[in-house]
Amino acid sequence: MRQVYMDHSATTPVDPEVFEAMVPYLTDRFGNPSSIYSAGRAARQGMEKAREQVASLLNASPDEIIFTSGGTEADNQAIIGYATANRHKGNHIITSAIEHHAVYDTCKYLSRNGFEVTFLPVDGNGVVEPETLKAVLKPTTLLVSIMHANNEVGTIEPIKELATITHEAGAAFHCDAVQTVGRIPVDVVDLGVDMLSASSHKLYGPKGTGCLYLKKGIKVESYLHGGGQERKHRPGTENIPGIVGFGKAAELAQARVDETGKRLRELGGRLAQGLLNAIPHSRLTGHPVNRIPGHVSLCFEFVEGESILLMLDQAGVMASSGSACTSGSLEPSHVLLALGLPHEIAHGSLRLTLGKGNSDEDVDYVLNTLPGIVERLRQMSPLYMKAGER
Amino acid sequence: MEHFLNPRNVGEIKDADGVGEVGNPVCGDIMRIEIKVVENRIEDVKFRTFGCGAAIATSSMVTEMVKGKTLEEAMKVTNKAVAEALDGLPAPKMHCSNLAADALHRAIEDYMHKEASRGQA
Repeated sequence: MRQVYMDHSATTPVDPEVFEAMVPYLTDRFGNPSSIYSAGRAARQGMEKAREQVASLLNASPDEIIFTSGGTEADNQAIIGYATANRHKGNHIITSAIEHHAVYDTCKYLSRNGFEVTFLPVDGNGVVEPETLKAVLKPTTLLVSIMHANNEVGTIEPIKELATITHEAGAAFHCDAVQTVGRIPVDVVDLGVDMLSASSHKLYGPKGTGCLYLKKGIKVESYLHGGGQERKHRPGTENIPGIVGFGKAAELAQARVDETGKRLRELGGRLAQGLLNAIPHSRLTGHPVNRIPGHVSLCFEFVEGESILLMLDQAGVMASSGSACTSGSLEPSHVLLALGLPHEIAHGSLRLTLGKGNSDEDVDYVLNTLPGIVERLRQMSPLYMKAGER
Repeated sequence: MEHFLNPRNVGEIKDADGVGEVGNPVCGDIMRIEIKVVENRIEDVKFRTFGCGAAIATSSMVTEMVKGKTLEEAMKVTNKAVAEALDGLPAPKMHCSNLAADALHRAIEDYMHKEASRGQA
């Protein structure tokens, strides 16, 4: 059976060139980069090359890159680290209602520990409007953290504007760019951010590695304590093979981002339009235009997302959903609810995220498979029956 | 998985003797079970379910378990028994599985209620 992987916002396969670059650092160059003998020096060289590659992708300086265990750690380090190091400047933090849990729950944690947190609402397309931010900034605002693009609905946020407004109010700006780095051009200087989080495994690099861009002059306090690695920002022996892989992945992404983005935008557009045409009572979630290339998020009325995923899996298609059953709670995704979707519609969400391995044939396959699955589930649904659509 | 992919007894019954519906769209699971009763036995039973894979599988299983049974026997089928008949469900899914037997019991109660009011008339 055909296997179609369309969950690239969850993770991506390691690129063969990335894998090849990593292997020597799992074998010959196994040294601890803090050691002064040749094996240690070789490991350090590999790590510093990776730092240059990642910095180049983000248009940052290599000494502004701190390697972490991934996007979640970078988000925690940025938010908790900045808040604790700059507490004297205020105790108010602003974030959005649609952040990934790595930011959302970190802000909640700070709200239980003496900080005041404002969760900004979004419009129906999932956009954090600059005016909304402007209205809640105050002299005690310390930090604003808004994601570059939303993982569930794909909407790209107006970061440049939001960062400018934040700076005018004297606060710092952090951006969770886990969903965009490698998928669209991300330039920290152009965006004007003070801190930015990225993750390796979203751009065909290995899992367990990410980074925090920390603009020169921005002070954060590490909540991890130990060795002096990463200029004391991230203690613990570095994950050298992972970091080297991340570096190679960044280099490849930089060379391919425009071309791949263009192709995925076309493929994703064809998939979304085809599904909306073929399936009545369906809608696209997120911004219709300003979205991650190849990110297709939809809601189908009268059916539940997990059922769709299980049936798609039986057909060889791998995707994801923001329904309650897949979120591990009884509530559907906080993102879909924040967009104003009613519960019963949010339960019927499906996310198909395309990547560089997807072809026209994959899109055709899903277009041929999914409408039948939704129809079959609707035939079982008492809601569909009531809506008189039998 | 088999009961999810090939659910038994999907649909509704024309002139059903009893109808039971539980759940609501907000929590994400709705089950509707309809029964046909002949001489105190469940002659036919059909369901429609809006919900996750486990919700559909438990609905299908409960219809299989009670078809041909007496009403008293059917009332004794518990949510736990349904889950066991499916060789168990993951812990977070026990909430969904709670609905199938409840929907059935409501359908039987609905039937009994109708019978009682008919007796009085």
